[in-house]
Amino acid sequence: MLLKRLSEACGGPGQEDEVRNLIRDEVTPLVDEISTDALGNLITLRRGNQEGPRVMIAAHMDEVALMIMAIESSGLLKFNPIGGIDPRVLVAKTVVIGKNRVPGVIGSKPIHLQRPEEREKAISINEMFIDIGVSIKSEAEKLVKIGDLAYFSTKFAEIGNDKFKGKAFDDRVGCSLLIDLLHDRYDFPLYGVFTVQEEVGLRGAGVAAHRIQPDIALVLEGTTASDVPETPEHKHATSVGKGPCITIMDSSVIPDPRLVATLLQIASENEIPVQIRRNTAGGTDAGKIQSSRSGVRVATISIPCRYIHSPVAVMSKADYDNALKLVKAFLHCVEKGEI
Amino acid sequence: MDIKKILINLSEASGVSGYEHNVADYLEQNCPWADEIRRDKLGNLIMLKKATRNTGAVNPKVMLAAHMDEIGLIVTKIEKEGFLRFSTIGGIDQRVLLAQEVVVHGKQNLLGVIGAEPPHSQTADAQSRAVKMEDLYIDIGFDNAEQVQELVSVGDLVTINQSVVQLQGSMLAGKAMDDRACVAIMLECFKELQNLTHAVDVYAVATVQEEVGVRGATTSTYGITPDIGIAIDVGHGDMPGVPEYQTIKIGNGPGIALGPHVHPKIYERFVSTAKEWNISYSLEPATRPGGTDAFAIQITQDGIPTALLSLPLRYMHTPVETLDYQDIQKTARLLAKFISEIDQEFVEGLMCF
Amino acid sequence: MKNLIKELVESFGPTGFESEVTNKIADLVRDKVDECYVDTLGNLIAHKKGNGKKIMFSAHADEIGVVVIHIDENGFLRFSSVGGLNPLTMLGNRVRFANGTIGVIGKEKGELKDLSIEKMYIDIGATSKDEAQKLVSVGDFGIFHREFADLGKRIVAKSMDDRIGCAVLIEAINKLEKSDHDLYFVFSTQEEVGLRGARTAAYHIDPDLGIAIDVTLTGDTPKAPRMDVSLGKGAAIKVKDSAIITHPKVKDLLVRLATQHNIPYQLEILESGGTDAGAIHLTKAGVPSGTISVPCRYVHSPSEMVDMDDVQNCVDLVVAVCQDPLSEF
Repeated sequence: MLLKRLSEACGGPGQEDEVRNLIRDEVTPLVDEISTDALGNLITLRRGNQEGPRVMIAAHMDEVALMIMAIESSGLLKFNPIGGIDPRVLVAKTVVIGKNRVPGVIGSKPIHLQRPEEREKAISINEMFIDIGVSIKSEAEKLVKIGDLAYFSTKFAEIGNDKFKGKAFDDRVGCSLLIDLLHDRYDFPLYGVFTVQEEVGLRGAGVAAHRIQPDIALVLEGTTASDVPETPEHKHATSVGKGPCITIMDSSVIPDPRLVATLLQIASENEIPVQIRRNTAGGTDAGKIQSSRSGVRVATISIPCRYIHSPVAVMSKADYDNALKLVKAFLHCVEKGEI
Repeated sequence: MDIKKILINLSEASGVSGYEHNVADYLEQNCPWADEIRRDKLGNLIMLKKATRNTGAVNPKVMLAAHMDEIGLIVTKIEKEGFLRFSTIGGIDQRVLLAQEVVVHGKQNLLGVIGAEPPHSQTADAQSRAVKMEDLYIDIGFDNAEQVQELVSVGDLVTINQSVVQLQGSMLAGKAMDDRACVAIMLECFKELQNLTHAVDVYAVATVQEEVGVRGATTSTYGITPDIGIAIDVGHGDMPGVPEYQTIKIGNGPGIALGPHVHPKIYERFVSTAKEWNISYSLEPATRPGGTDAFAIQITQDGIPTALLSLPLRYMHTPVETLDYQDIQKTARLLAKFISEIDQEFVEGLMCF
Repeated sequence: MKNLIKELVESFGPTGFESEVTNKIADLVRDKVDECYVDTLGNLIAHKKGNGKKIMFSAHADEIGVVVIHIDENGFLRFSSVGGLNPLTMLGNRVRFANGTIGVIGKEKGELKDLSIEKMYIDIGATSKDEAQKLVSVGDFGIFHREFADLGKRIVAKSMDDRIGCAVLIEAINKLEKSDHDLYFVFSTQEEVGLRGARTAAYHIDPDLGIAIDVTLTGDTPKAPRMDVSLGKGAAIKVKDSAIITHPKVKDLLVRLATQHNIPYQLEILESGGTDAGAIHLTKAGVPSGTISVPCRYVHSPSEMVDMDDVQNCVDLVVAVCQDPLSEF
């Protein structure tokens, strides 16, 4: 299953190779042109009969990860998060490092050896280390290098009522949607762009947009859902199972209001459940695309995922299917000249 | 040409972010290896050394960037007693300013001292707390605002008054080594290139306004649109109290950066070149692309393959930034060898992932 | 000019939804310029053609506001801020939505020092979620609701930031008889969330010189944070803020013009905050830029206060720029 393969693939900011190769294999038979740029963005084009409007759809390939910063004389590895990770989710988790997926664990002091007050304080990154099971530096250096990335070793699975659990739904879910979309040809040039380094500052999207010069852009994301006990309703941001989310404002962008209105209208006409993303925090590639050159009309559609930026997230299959329906309906409207 | 002497003069020159022209003027007079030198609209100084091998109508372009601006202060108010209040340009730990000598660049250069309330009149408790920026002021020795206003205006710039100190061996300390020491690296690199051939045009840019948001790099890169961009900036040298893995060793040559801001093939090429020519180096991993001109260079236009070399420097952003001149020479040598060995084929391969 | 200002400040134009404001401005300036159009991000560009230097003036049409993110079962609205808002300034104030719905901002129990937007809500007087949903929707943007007040020499209103800048440009267009230069008067969008409109407008225009007109703070109120700018002391010529160090040539130009034309001025350093010039100067290969600031008390509150003499001084300085040969650029 595509989403499973994407979720289990490993690729952090600046080291998206495995993900890029997987996607490249999937989409090469579907598109007319495919290339990479100076930062590693994977840019594809599916032509139509018309020259315009130029539509760009973006999803980012990178996931948050941990970078190996140093190898101690004991063989233990020091690390820093690359992309935003709450240190508290790291305690006692298992990881895989680098291309060869060297297994490791993020050690944690046993409860027996802790004083009660210790357990009230969050453990900071500086106190953490990855143990790959060697006892001296030279043994570690045979297996890992400084700069290698460590990824959560989470396996993808279907759980509960039509839900998925896995890592990196932000934004493999967007990549999967984009690949699904590239199976269809539209009557306008469609640029499917798998961007890099979104998690360290939306780095890839802006240069891709600069090159492509789209008229309209859609960003497909995995976004935070906090519809869990103890969180008051107004802080949920989004709810799993209630449909794909449309952004009205986030920290990087105020999407084009007419595109937003059109998406809501299309959802209503086609009876696709949607929700407004009820949170203005967090940025996406849309921000950099909107401000490229003389400006681009952008909108963001995201899938609600609980516990994003942690080892395991939860999302709904129905939300995925509805997101796909929504974007396809939108692209058909673009074809008919209604946008 | 003694580039170490040039560095000493660069360190002692005044060029706070946004007002780098004195430094640019001096550099322009002291770079005989460049074929062309020009300034762009924001004041970036662009020194071009053209390819000397396989020269076609159009050669690949390599841009080097080292910033010539320094952190400093700006006068915000003239108090009625003639003291000057100030704000900072760039990141300054206010604790290094107490009892520091400065130069106020008004209608003429005036010597000044940064003072604050003396310890005698403070409680023991207050003495253990760091002084606050807003409580500091500059004393230029006048008695009232009227006297001062003839010579100083709000908006005038202030630099640290510090001459270069030559420590033991090849160690130097001074202000503005961040990043004029790396401007010196660019000059040493040009000098080395005289003894090598290179198939690429080299644009050595002394950038402006790095300290306030890598602004000069943003516009100079746009104007040049290079095929490769290499930022050269200072990196934290080893010192007590800072974990080893957060620093690079002084005297061990350049730090070669790796991380999202660095193109993997350029990183690998720097490492292999260093090994090939026995140039010692440290690795400098980073999880964020920011903090140097590389941050701006990489995302200009359609994207630029970028790399970063770091000069180990202790006590960054203080008046006594300390380095080993041999590191400057090693970094310049690594750069020169890299530049002389790359070609069109290498450049084209950078777009393939 | 007060009527012009009143009309502009009482308009509805939160960041992202500036069309009511830009439409009004277009009606006012259309006949005085050669072309008038709106670009992809909604910037209004009024272009007065000429052969000389290409100058981009920019005043932003957007104002800070709120966006509804949730409607609870009792009809109370939860919201996020749009642009920089201080929770303490919002408490007890009124907001207005595009359809005229008015609401009051209230807060949950708790200490004022711990107050944040998440503990606040808007009360539009609805008694249930259904009733509320007839008037507002999640995703609606709102602004402060406050009328203009004429205090004589000084005037007070919400959104002086930056409708006063817009008024300065409109007035300058009116006063300007002839200019040799190619003038772009941009009424920009989305300044309050990151200078976004000016960034793309500047890319498109690619000017030789950029000048923003925006408000700046003052240091002339009781125990004010230190700042050497005061109401009534003249047009403020910006030296530095968080987004720009004004190009020395531009600073010197503005000082020279103010001196030559006897326009009272003051030099301004703003510790925290930026203007459209911050985006303009980093366009493409760089644009020498600066800002002419209108000194303003209580910025980002519903009652921003400016001095009419300062406003007039800013107008005169803008006109002086247009009419100078600008040979140094």
